[in-house]
Amino acid sequence: MTNIAAAAPARWRLKQPSIIPGFGLTLGFSLAYLSLIILIPVAGLFWRSAELGWAGFFAILGDERTLRALYVSFGTALAAALVNVVFGTLVAWMLSRYSFPGRKLIDAMVDLPFALPTAVAGIALTTLYAPQGWIGSLFMPFRIAFTPLGIVIALVFIGLPFVVRTVQPVMEEIDREIEEAAATLGANRFQTIRRVLLPGLMPAILTGFALAFARGVGEYGSVIFIAGNIPYVSEIAPLLIVIRLEEFNYAGATAIATIMLIISFLMLLVINLIQAWSRRRYGNA
Amino acid sequence: MEVTISNIRKEFDRFPALNDVSLKIASGELIALLGPSGSGKTTLLRLIAGLDFPTDGKIFFGEEDASHRSVQERNVGFVFQHYALFRHMTVAENISFGLKVRPSSARPPKAEIRRRVLELLDMVQLGGLEKRYPHQLSGGQRQRVALARAMAIEPHILLLDEPFGALDAKVRKELRRWLREFHDRTGHTTVFVTHDQEEALELADRVVVMSQGRIEQVGSADDVYDRPGSPFVFSFIGESSQLPIEVKGGTVLFQGQPIGISEAEEGAGELFFRPEDVVLVDAPDALFGKVTACRRLAGTRIAEIDIANDGHAPYHVEVEVPLHAPVELRSELRFRPTRWKIFRK
Repeated sequence: MTNIAAAAPARWRLKQPSIIPGFGLTLGFSLAYLSLIILIPVAGLFWRSAELGWAGFFAILGDERTLRALYVSFGTALAAALVNVVFGTLVAWMLSRYSFPGRKLIDAMVDLPFALPTAVAGIALTTLYAPQGWIGSLFMPFRIAFTPLGIVIALVFIGLPFVVRTVQPVMEEIDREIEEAAATLGANRFQTIRRVLLPGLMPAILTGFALAFARGVGEYGSVIFIAGNIPYVSEIAPLLIVIRLEEFNYAGATAIATIMLIISFLMLLVINLIQAWSRRRYGNA
Repeated sequence: MEVTISNIRKEFDRFPALNDVSLKIASGELIALLGPSGSGKTTLLRLIAGLDFPTDGKIFFGEEDASHRSVQERNVGFVFQHYALFRHMTVAENISFGLKVRPSSARPPKAEIRRRVLELLDMVQLGGLEKRYPHQLSGGQRQRVALARAMAIEPHILLLDEPFGALDAKVRKELRRWLREFHDRTGHTTVFVTHDQEEALELADRVVVMSQGRIEQVGSADDVYDRPGSPFVFSFIGESSQLPIEVKGGTVLFQGQPIGISEAEEGAGELFFRPEDVVLVDAPDALFGKVTACRRLAGTRIAEIDIANDGHAPYHVEVEVPLHAPVELRSELRFRPTRWKIFRK
């Protein structure tokens, strides 16, 4: 055996042989870039909050005000993402299925929450839903603005395009023949949508949900205007972080941020796992 | 079930896709709708299924007028060119879909559905694959799952839209033979659409040749090949050549010269003949032209011939020549049709 290369067992290699060039370059760039943009700031976050030690950290975590703020943040983001899944899918359906005058206009309108400064959105929504506002006054004495419900409305506004823009292209790809096949087999419209179309859209809907949810958890600008910011009731975690910063309590601020980061990361991980599972199941096409 | 199509007209945005089409399909028959794309064959199939509705005319299932029945009520099995299987369902779930969506009063019990699925899988020779997903199957297997799914609802009539169009030549041939056996075994009234004449002629009891939204001819494979009813059918099915001729005093004249064949009816017309219905002659009264190409086609040899047409582009015809006959390029070849048909202008 003189040929060592042939005799050696296949060694593990970082790069699989491929004719597509530039693996080293793109990987190197991606890692450096992600380090600068994400990894180093996040590491700094952990490092600063580590100043507190475990005891200090758990003291903040156990603080009633922190817990309420986290509860409000994640609760409203979850509620808003769920609302967006239902109505965003509906909007995507309308946009991808029917052609009517003004469709392009509505299509463009969906993107507005992306472009509008969030503070503008927050102020506009507050004006509308405040107890004296056009819509808010209709619901009195039930208050919308300055309660968690107001936060949900702001987050629904912010998160809508995420769901619509992830679901719409997948919906446009659906073959008409699939629906016709279901119809020839005797399925009515409701059965066709529930048993044939929706399962195929599930991965896209989940992605839209994850994006809208993640955006909602971190949203600050639009929420602080409509929330009323009452501690223990409608104070969101990002606001609490700002309050701590203004008190020059940097360690306290980073601790809350770290907790948010961990919870968000775990939730996104779970959503990703569900997606991977559904992609595998639905044949990833 | 017997299906009667009576004076159907279908327009898409005022553009007529079908024009006064009538057809009677006998119970248990295997019928091919054959035509070039845009001839309206798929439109006709979709009208029978109830996936589209006619602008005018009626469709009868047996004695009953089904024109206004919805696709769900018609109980037809439809097989699509690209299978249209449900991706997120296993093979078994795909096949049982039509039974599971029935209202609970008409739905068979679970065990019965399962028994039926396994039976159908056996019938399409896919036993043991019931837990696979469609993306784990080959094209031919997917099309057979689609067929089993369509058969599961025990349809009145089975409709197939270019069922082998997306498959490669070898699988196509196998499935073709298999479908014929399947039909003979189950005896379902079956209509399939194809643009492949070989497929239509080999498979169908009767072939419906369509062109530009009309039925050109309905007949057996022998009918449409040996006795084409129109210039379109003659040129669409099989190979053929055509030349403008005139009949005077019982003889056929081409460019004013007799070509050695006779015809009773006087006047101008179009002469059609097939490459194989030609004999090489050594006589003055014959067609003649220069050989421009010569190619071997399985057991025969085909010579391409240009017939001069003073000043204009030459007429191009193809004739079959014996394998042993020496044919040189650019040499002159003289021949006469032995079987032909003249269509009047």
